[in-house]
Amino acid sequence: MSPSVRLQEMIRVIRSARTQGEERGVIQRECAAIRAQFRQADNGGRSHNLAKLLYVHMLGYPAHFGQMECVRLIASPRYSEKRVGYLGAMMLLDEKQDASLLITNSIKNDLSHSSQYVQSLALCTLACMGSAEMCRDLAPEIDRLLRASNSYIKKKAALCAVHIVRKVPELGELFTPAAHSLLSEKNHGVLHGAVVLMTELCERSPETLAQFRKAVPELVQVMKGLVMSGYSPEHNVAGISDPFLQVRILRLLRILGRNDEAASDAMNDLLAQVATNTDSSKTAGSAVLYETVLTVMDIKSESGLRVLAVNILGRFLLNNDRNIRYISMTSLQKIVQTDHNAVQRHRGTIVDCLKDQDASVKRRALELSLALVSAVNIRSMMKELLLFLSSCPPELRSHAASGIFSAAERYAPSQRWHIDTILHVLITAGGDVRDETVPNLIQLITTATDLHCYTVHKLYRALVSDISQQSLVQVACWCIGEYGDLLLRGECEETEPVQVTEDDVLDALETVLQSHMSAPATRGFALTATMKLSTRITHNVDRIRSIVSIYGSCIDVELQQRAVEYNALFKKYDHMRAAVLERMPVIDKSSPGHTNGEVAGGTIKAPDQTKLTQEEGTVTAQPTNQVCDLLDLLGGSDGPSQPALAEPGPTGPDPVRISTGGDLLDLLGGLDPTPVSSVTVYEKNGVTLTLQCDSQTDTDVTAILTASNSSHSDITQFTLQAAVPKSVQLQMKAPSGDVIPACGLGQVTQTILLHNPNKVGLRMRVRISYCAQGTTFQETVQIDSLPTVACQ
Amino acid sequence: MMRFLLLFSRQGKLRLQKWFTPLGEREKKKIVRDMTMMVLPRPPRSCNFLLWRDLKIVYKRYASLYFCCGLEPQDNELLALEVLHRYVELLDKYFGNVCELDIIFNFEKAYFILDEFLMGGEVQETSKLSVAKSMEESDLLQETMEEYMSKPTF
Repeated sequence: MSPSVRLQEMIRVIRSARTQGEERGVIQRECAAIRAQFRQADNGGRSHNLAKLLYVHMLGYPAHFGQMECVRLIASPRYSEKRVGYLGAMMLLDEKQDASLLITNSIKNDLSHSSQYVQSLALCTLACMGSAEMCRDLAPEIDRLLRASNSYIKKKAALCAVHIVRKVPELGELFTPAAHSLLSEKNHGVLHGAVVLMTELCERSPETLAQFRKAVPELVQVMKGLVMSGYSPEHNVAGISDPFLQVRILRLLRILGRNDEAASDAMNDLLAQVATNTDSSKTAGSAVLYETVLTVMDIKSESGLRVLAVNILGRFLLNNDRNIRYISMTSLQKIVQTDHNAVQRHRGTIVDCLKDQDASVKRRALELSLALVSAVNIRSMMKELLLFLSSCPPELRSHAASGIFSAAERYAPSQRWHIDTILHVLITAGGDVRDETVPNLIQLITTATDLHCYTVHKLYRALVSDISQQSLVQVACWCIGEYGDLLLRGECEETEPVQVTEDDVLDALETVLQSHMSAPATRGFALTATMKLSTRITHNVDRIRSIVSIYGSCIDVELQQRAVEYNALFKKYDHMRAAVLERMPVIDKSSPGHTNGEVAGGTIKAPDQTKLTQEEGTVTAQPTNQVCDLLDLLGGSDGPSQPALAEPGPTGPDPVRISTGGDLLDLLGGLDPTPVSSVTVYEKNGVTLTLQCDSQTDTDVTAILTASNSSHSDITQFTLQAAVPKSVQLQMKAPSGDVIPACGLGQVTQTILLHNPNKVGLRMRVRISYCAQGTTFQETVQIDSLPTVACQ
Repeated sequence: MMRFLLLFSRQGKLRLQKWFTPLGEREKKKIVRDMTMMVLPRPPRSCNFLLWRDLKIVYKRYASLYFCCGLEPQDNELLALEVLHRYVELLDKYFGNVCELDIIFNFEKAYFILDEFLMGGEVQETSKLSVAKSMEESDLLQETMEEYMSKPTF
């Protein structure tokens, strides 16, 4: 029987197996036969046995016993056996296997084989699985082939050289001369390989980059040739002549033109030509245009060209093809910081994309919409974002909620609007918001003194309709406890007042207390609120007393402790009860309570042109504070004497102790958004920390540190400490959290306020500590200048 | 550069896998599982691009096969779609109206064609004719043996 039929026969048999067990049985038998065949002397069917083994391997079964057979077949003089042997090597061997070293010699011999197809097998295998050692051994051979062979081999040698450079960057110098000379070839395959090789060399070495800048005119010529050439059947794809080569050349031009005026000038005309002449009705053309836009935005191009590029992106946004819209939003995201106004023009279309069915498009649209929110468009944008939140897929909800919160904090036109927005989010997506939303909202409510009545009415209504959203219930309980008297009074200017009796209110709170949906923290809120009402109501104090005494024997220790204490307040300390439970003072955002003993200082910010009413009396404007002479920045001694640590979240069981999350006092109050630049200050172990200046006056700077995590495991216990020069005052707000989820799924942000009365140069030293995969890391980075906010 | 190229059927069975970076067996299996789980449930006319870990995933469905590749952040996704399409065209030319069964029963040929088109995660040859010609000539080198019964149609 002819051996090849047996390969296909085996495949047929495996496919006809009806159960997994049957399939396993067949495969075990076949593998046994193959192993036996391998042990035999050379017979005509070796390549087929290996091919059968490779098929079995693809199904997921172990095939390591075929590795030596691969080595043997590669050394065979027969082409068919070499072919399958090399295929096996690429599939079964990788640089981690010891057997891979054994084929180095065969590859070396085959590289000088008389048949170009054998040479090509060797080149392909080296480029696929060559280890650093093999690459070092064979690099001179590859260089020789790069210079003197036919175009079929040259193009393969070029890509093989790319692999070598990736594995052993030092060998890049070896290939640099040959790479440049390849640009004069006519064969597209060789040209393509040459461009890829040059790109790789430029990315690895700045000296080579400077050297290759001389090649810009040549590249421009080649590109022009492609764009202007007539129809060439060999390379044409949907009307574009060799889009693969065009895109690679554009990418190389991007790298060469970056930060270099002369090079950018030289390619200006070409880019304009490509941008206008390329037909983008099919994907190939769009791919070329996309790459052109990326190049234009990255080099030092003229403003006219940039406008052209943004217009192309705008056109893409209106395209019916979802892929094109996705691409355009990705690119707009990259330039939204630098060319903010240009992107704003397309805001309408982007917001429409929020309603697209496709999840990828929705995600991009959300990111971009959040970046486009400004003080001018906050109301309309928020409407759209809230609409999106009610119908968005679950994986995007928490991101959307936190984006909405930060946008609301930065640009809220009025307190009432702000409170309404947060309430709306809590009602729609209360389960997906972060923990510190509750204290933030409470703090916001206390500052809005004239809206207490309105707020408590709204919250009462929300509480009565639904007690499943924990954050909402917690805030509602707190408000009812605080402002219950306003609720019972039954009159309200801003909204339709609710007519309730004291019993109704106590019923509502008791429902929360008894419901199995309530989390322990929520029940704590409810109990305290009930207690507070004892001084705000007149008739049902006994009811409150009985509730409190019942919970004195509750299983939950926290509740029990509270209840016992409140009981004592009723019995022994009744004379103090009114004083203890009276209305709380307005909570200061920077109250010392949250820094765990180390004083971070009182409010430093001078009153600014916000539309908020400043609370009187309780804002302590402690001017100088003893923050952060952390490390004597100029003296350089290590070891913090008084670190300014801001503890995330409220300390202690008291739910009212607020930690500062967002920055209410930082509203820009009607200013147009200014584009900000962000600087990456630390990048290691997958953790990236960027610094962005949010607002800046002569003496005050607000900066935001954002940490993200691109590794595969979560980063925990992430904390930042900062030190600044002696004359500068530093205040660190509480970070948004101390866990950074893996794979870029979330970020931790921390706002820093710098008060620089002497206007010295701002420098900062930041100590980063975190725990990744069980190991603790602690690094210090120095930031010598803060990125400035660009002027409008 | 392309990090990997996978072909799998609508039931999630792997038909071809090409890895352009060295990875352990378990890692490879995990990636294949992740890809099938991410790509198979997607509705028909959705966007062909996804984000996964730090890679861009581009996939396209041709009849009963999904072609899925993983790209690095600086790669052009639209061009990757063209690359996948070109590979399908090459298979089609070689096998003559290719279908999934051709790739199952002649998987080594599919690999050989791929190795003439891509190398080290980059495009090797941009001309369809050139690739077809190389395949023809390599096959002729083997023709002396009686093994390859399923000759490519000319």
